[in-house]
Amino acid sequence: MKRKITQQTFFLLFRFAAFINAAALAIIIYFMLANGWKAISWEFLTKPPMDSMTKGGILPCIIGTLCLALGSIVIAFPIGVASAIYLNEYAAKGRALRIIRLGINNLAGVPSVVFGLFGLAFFVIYLKMGVSILAGALTLAVMSLPVIIGSTEEALKAVPDTYREASLGLGATKLQTIMRVVLPAAMPGILTGGILGISRAAGETAPIMFTAAVYFSPNLPTSIFDEIMALPYHIYVLATAGAEIETTRPLQYGTALVLIGLVLGMNIIAIIMRARLRRKMRQ
Amino acid sequence: MIISSSKLKEQFMRYVFFIIATTSVAVLLMITIFLFTEGLPILKKVSIRAFIFGDYWYPTSDPADFGIFPLIMGSLSVTFISAIISIPLGVMTAIYLAEIASFRVREIVKPVVELLASLPSVVIGFFGMVLVAPFLQETFGIATGLNMFNASLMLAFMSVPTICSISEDALYSVPSSLKEASLALGATPLETIIRVTIPASLSGISTAIILGMSRAIGETMVVLMVAGGAAMVPSSIFDPVRPLPASIAAEMAEAPYRGDHYHALFATGIVLFIFTFLFNLIADHISYKYRQVGDATL
Repeated sequence: MKRKITQQTFFLLFRFAAFINAAALAIIIYFMLANGWKAISWEFLTKPPMDSMTKGGILPCIIGTLCLALGSIVIAFPIGVASAIYLNEYAAKGRALRIIRLGINNLAGVPSVVFGLFGLAFFVIYLKMGVSILAGALTLAVMSLPVIIGSTEEALKAVPDTYREASLGLGATKLQTIMRVVLPAAMPGILTGGILGISRAAGETAPIMFTAAVYFSPNLPTSIFDEIMALPYHIYVLATAGAEIETTRPLQYGTALVLIGLVLGMNIIAIIMRARLRRKMRQ
Repeated sequence: MIISSSKLKEQFMRYVFFIIATTSVAVLLMITIFLFTEGLPILKKVSIRAFIFGDYWYPTSDPADFGIFPLIMGSLSVTFISAIISIPLGVMTAIYLAEIASFRVREIVKPVVELLASLPSVVIGFFGMVLVAPFLQETFGIATGLNMFNASLMLAFMSVPTICSISEDALYSVPSSLKEASLALGATPLETIIRVTIPASLSGISTAIILGMSRAIGETMVVLMVAGGAAMVPSSIFDPVRPLPASIAAEMAEAPYRGDHYHALFATGIVLFIFTFLFNLIADHISYKYRQVGDATL
């Protein structure tokens, strides 16, 4: 009897822990929705900031964030997928594989601000790109590489070996097997990883602070060598700098809500895609 | 001829894939090289001992003081307090998900944890500033709500998803034969979890905890926005602190290019990089050495 009560208590505690996470997510989202909803209007989404950023909208930030996120995925996706193909399809166990894995694991653990420092020293200064979309996208690409490699590998692992054996048995070469059998079968999973990579790149602030983003830029970008505004950096700037912190509160909530909508939206799409895939695999 | 050219292509593509796969290692090396070339020049001005154990960080005064000891202590204490919150929360959630929750509940709670992980750090920092800080200030009657406790709390919720998902994988991969054996001997499900499942997945759980702490120590925006920013060794959990990443992010923009301050910030980056690198090496070592390979490991 005592054992049963102890068990009930502990299980309740475990359940409560899970509940706290859900509550934290719900509180953050509710808080942003409740406060940010009023700020969002058509004008807010389609106008640039005005009156030294105390009025107006966030169009340049939205465009900047889209440029950075898409730019980084264009660079990181092919590299990440090819890396994962090597790791899962070609690599034999051994020292080379162990070193590559160690490299990827450690790259995943590098703090975001250190990526910013690296981007500043290498892309902005050494390669003379200046503070630009290109430098920011490259920095974000480097940062999201481990995410893409990880999810692509998972997708490749989920392709049953019978597919590979059937293709090889029919006389296809290894390369043909990978290109025409394994990759198409793994594609939905790989794309899910791509979406997660974009959403991570879109939400990051520290890597773009020294490499791409500026406080304010009156014009929309026209080339990849332009500096830009970005949603996460805009939130940080409005919330911490200047004398107008209190008056621009609604703008801050609005910008945060747009960013959350963008990032969570992509993540929810990825989660739904993956859930469907798993159901399909089980059948 | 045809056969040999296609063979050549196969061989060639294999090398191409291999070279691309080494990108991550190359990037990691480049990060190390650039951090050190930009950071080491500060050692011409201050000794390594004075830099790491110096008590004063006044990079812009004249003469400037470059001692990052208060920043290191800020980072370590914030990480430590966040770990006190995130480890039990993350591990207990993982146990709930892996061992107790029904399939349907798991299908709902797991995405919730993933969404928590995907929240942009600047949004969590903003949340800590505008909601948690005033709340703490009023509840505890303290001078400022932007302090170590607030930052630790926010960081904890950022490392819970890491701890939870890796621990859950570890718990989930414990062979069911072990659990069944324990249950058959008369142990309750709780006793089975505590005496069989957790010990069997301890290496995975340790890896999870270390990676979670590594994420907390490297996280920038949250500590930049809510930790308070005072470069002093904290004496209470409601003291404002200035962890390493916050200092780099806040000061880099105004540090003159290749001046002492600039080099000192890169050197701060080296220290931070070494911290996370060590955390990751330990995690990698544990998961490699004590990886679970079926029942035989027990």
